[in-house]
Amino acid sequence: MSTTVVSTGTEGKTWGGGNKPLEASYGKMMMWFFIVSDALTFSGFLAAYGFSRFKFIDAWPIADEVFTHVPFLHGQELPMIYVAFMTFVLIMSSVTMVLAVDAGHHLNKAKVTLYMFLTIIGGLIFVGSQAWEWATFIQGDYGAVQTKGGNILQFVDAEGHRVALRDFVVADGHKDRVQHERKEGLWFVSEGTLPAYTVEEVLKGLKSHENVLVRTQIINEAGEKTVLSRAESIKQIEKNGKLVVEGANLHVNEYGSPLFADFFFFITGFHGFHVFSGVVINIIIFFNVVLGTYERRKNYEMVEKVGLYWHFVDLVWVFVFTFFYLV
Amino acid sequence: MAHEHKLEIFRGLWKFKSNTQKIWGVLIFLTFVTAIEVVLGIYKPEAFMTVVLGMKLLNWVFIILTIVKAYYITWDFMHMRDETKGLRRAVVWTAIFLILYLIFILLQEGGYVFRVYENGYIKRDF
Repeated sequence: MSTTVVSTGTEGKTWGGGNKPLEASYGKMMMWFFIVSDALTFSGFLAAYGFSRFKFIDAWPIADEVFTHVPFLHGQELPMIYVAFMTFVLIMSSVTMVLAVDAGHHLNKAKVTLYMFLTIIGGLIFVGSQAWEWATFIQGDYGAVQTKGGNILQFVDAEGHRVALRDFVVADGHKDRVQHERKEGLWFVSEGTLPAYTVEEVLKGLKSHENVLVRTQIINEAGEKTVLSRAESIKQIEKNGKLVVEGANLHVNEYGSPLFADFFFFITGFHGFHVFSGVVINIIIFFNVVLGTYERRKNYEMVEKVGLYWHFVDLVWVFVFTFFYLV
Repeated sequence: MAHEHKLEIFRGLWKFKSNTQKIWGVLIFLTFVTAIEVVLGIYKPEAFMTVVLGMKLLNWVFIILTIVKAYYITWDFMHMRDETKGLRRAVVWTAIFLILYLIFILLQEGGYVFRVYENGYIKRDF
C-alpha cells in the first residue's frame, strides 16, 4: 500500500480532479441537474395538457366548476379554497425545510430534528389532501350523459344552476340489465360498475320535469357553457345520448372532455408520487439526524440535498396549481 | 458553500438581519402572492377579461405571478442566490430555453388542430 500514488500533482488545476467545479459539492450539483431533467419531464406533461386544451379550446371544462369541494362542508360551492389551503401547506413545509437546512449550517441537531419532523407532517397532510381531492373527483356529484360522439351533456335548471341526475331521474325498479362478472360465462371479459340510471330513464325524467335544460360543453362568448332550449334539450338526449356518466375515470368524465380527467390523474398523480417519495426520503434523513450521523460528520449537507428536492416538489406544485386550477 | 447568505431581496429594497428572518419574509411574500391569485380566481374582475396576445389578461397575470413565485422559491429556498453564476446559468437557462421551445411547438400545434376541427374538415375522430 505504501507504493499507492496518493498525489497526482494535478490538484488545484481545473481538470485535475479534487476541486469543486462551480464551488458546489458533487452531490449538490448532481441534485441540481436531476432537478433540471425532472423539471423538463413535468413541463412536457404540462405542455401536453396545454396542447389538448388548445385543441378543444372552446369546449374545455371550467376548473372552478369542477373543484368546488372542501372537506366537512357538504353541498357548498367553494371553488379554489381547498386547493389554496393545499398550496399553503406545501409552501409552509418548504419553509420548515429551509429552516432545517439553516439549523444544519449552525450544527444545531435539536432544531434540525424538529424542523424535519414538521416538514414530514406537512408533506403527509398534502398527500392526504390530494387523495381526498382524487376521491371527490372520481365520485363526481351531478352526473351527465355522454353522446355518441363523446361529448358531455349536463343538466341545469332555468336559472342556470346545475341539477343532479338523482334530483329528476327515477330509476326503473324492473331492470333486467345485470352487471357482467367474470364468474358468469365469459371469464375473459369483465365490465365496470353500471351507472345508476339508463339513458331512457334520464330521457323520461327530463320530459317530466319542465324546468330542466341541457347544457353542452361549448363555451360561448360570455365564457359560460351553452344552455340549450327545452325542445333542443330533449332532442339531444333522445338522438345522441348513449351513456350515463357519474364521476370521472380514465375513460369518461362527467365534467367534460375525458382528456381533462386523464391529465388531471396523470399530472397530479405524478406530482403526488414525487411528494410521497420526498416524504420517504425525508423520513430516512430524519432518522439519520436523530441517530446523529451528520452530527458526527460535522456536516449537514445531506439535509440540504433532500431540501433541494423537497423545494422542487413545491416549485412544481406552484405550476400545477396555476395551470389546472387558475388558468 | 452557502454559509454566507445574501440577505436582501427585491434588489436590496428589503434587507434582513439573518437568514431565518429572510425565510419568513419570503414566506409572507409568497403567501401574499398566492392570496392575490386565489382572490382573482374567485372573483374574476371584468377588467382582466380583455384578450391580450391570444389569451385573457387574467391568465397572463396568473402566469406572471407563478413565475414570480417560482423565482423566489428557487432563489431563496433553494439558495440559488448564493450559488456561483455558472451553476445558476447552467440550471436556469437550460430549463427556460427548452421549456419555452416545447411550449411554443405544442401550443402552436394544438391551435392548428383546433382550427382544423373548427373549419369542419374533420368532425371528431380522436
